[in-house]
Amino acid sequence: MDFLKRWFGGSSGGSAQEANKRLKFILIHDRTDISPQLLENLRKEMIAVLTKYMEIDESKIEMDLDQDQDQEKRTVALIANIPVLRIKRGGGDLARDGHEDRDSVPAGPAAPERTHTQNGPSGRGRRHR
Amino acid sequence: MGGRVIVVTSGKGGVGKTTSTANLAVALAKSGKKVVAIDADIGLRNLDVVMGLENRVVYNFIDVIEKRARLNQALVRDKRVENNLFLLPAAQTRTKDAVTPEQMAELCEQLRPDFDFVLLDCPAGIEGGFRNAAAGADEALVVTTPEIPAVRDADRIIGMLESMGKSPIRLIINRFRPIMVEDGDMLAKEDILDVLSIKLIGIVPEDDSVIRSANRGEPLTFTQTSPAAQAYSNIAGRIQGLDVPWLQLDAGRSNGIFTSLKKWFGF
Repeated sequence: MDFLKRWFGGSSGGSAQEANKRLKFILIHDRTDISPQLLENLRKEMIAVLTKYMEIDESKIEMDLDQDQDQEKRTVALIANIPVLRIKRGGGDLARDGHEDRDSVPAGPAAPERTHTQNGPSGRGRRHR
Repeated sequence: MGGRVIVVTSGKGGVGKTTSTANLAVALAKSGKKVVAIDADIGLRNLDVVMGLENRVVYNFIDVIEKRARLNQALVRDKRVENNLFLLPAAQTRTKDAVTPEQMAELCEQLRPDFDFVLLDCPAGIEGGFRNAAAGADEALVVTTPEIPAVRDADRIIGMLESMGKSPIRLIINRFRPIMVEDGDMLAKEDILDVLSIKLIGIVPEDDSVIRSANRGEPLTFTQTSPAAQAYSNIAGRIQGLDVPWLQLDAGRSNGIFTSLKKWFGF
């Protein structure tokens, strides 16, 4: 039946969906006055902090502002979904410019055990061999 | 007794505040309520024209505030409705800073005892004109169309109304086109309500008769036959607390060869 619609110049359809997405995005940013640039800076800085403590999959980070589901308040939450690959041993030890070296012995307090990797908070981490 | 003071606002210009104010004022008056419609758009007045009362304007509410005229000299009585409908015009040769919010609130308090409804036709924008119009109001009707810029501005204006403590704040979706919505080419009511999160009081379909009625200076709700007229009458009912069933706004009424063929083929 759709081919008839196309013959007779029916509508393209679907632009409402795009309008909806754009509208939601625009309103979230309007309401909180946070520019996309600021969000990008925030993202970079968050990655820098996180990589001190854990190895994360930067390519799969999802981060955005979302509307609070409670219709009474017009609040916004920052939602971030960050796949964790490994938790680093001796997290927080900055002596070695943040780069991961699993065989090193940290100079600080006793290192966590060399056990299998735990999954990160997002539940998406991979076990390392 | 004391009337309800309602501001009709939108943020965005051209979405139908004046049309809505005029039609709702007439509909409320026809159902027996005493109504005054105030044109709060100083300098760009249009409520007089849309209501067809432009020839009867002598004084405006700035004359009243500045004590050059009494309130009952400025009020224009609409002779088409018993004794119930009045217009309080704006000045055309002044600007929005000619009055303060306090003066507007005072004006509304002067009118409140004598009317069931005081409707304020608000100018577009979020600055002084809006603040003046909203100052004296208890409630608000926010008008939007199903388009991103209008909804965006409506969101801003709702935020401001909420912070001013106006309640209730109800939404009118204007210039609704059921066929486009069905085709996925126009924001649906659910999309709009989802983001604005206020209660819907009515949907007014796109209707050529709105233009004709403005041409003639005869608000639709005098005659009540076209879809938009029906919608406005329904909104007037809901404003009064009645539980009016929603209009069936579907795409069934389209014309054109495709629809006829569709029907002929049986789908």
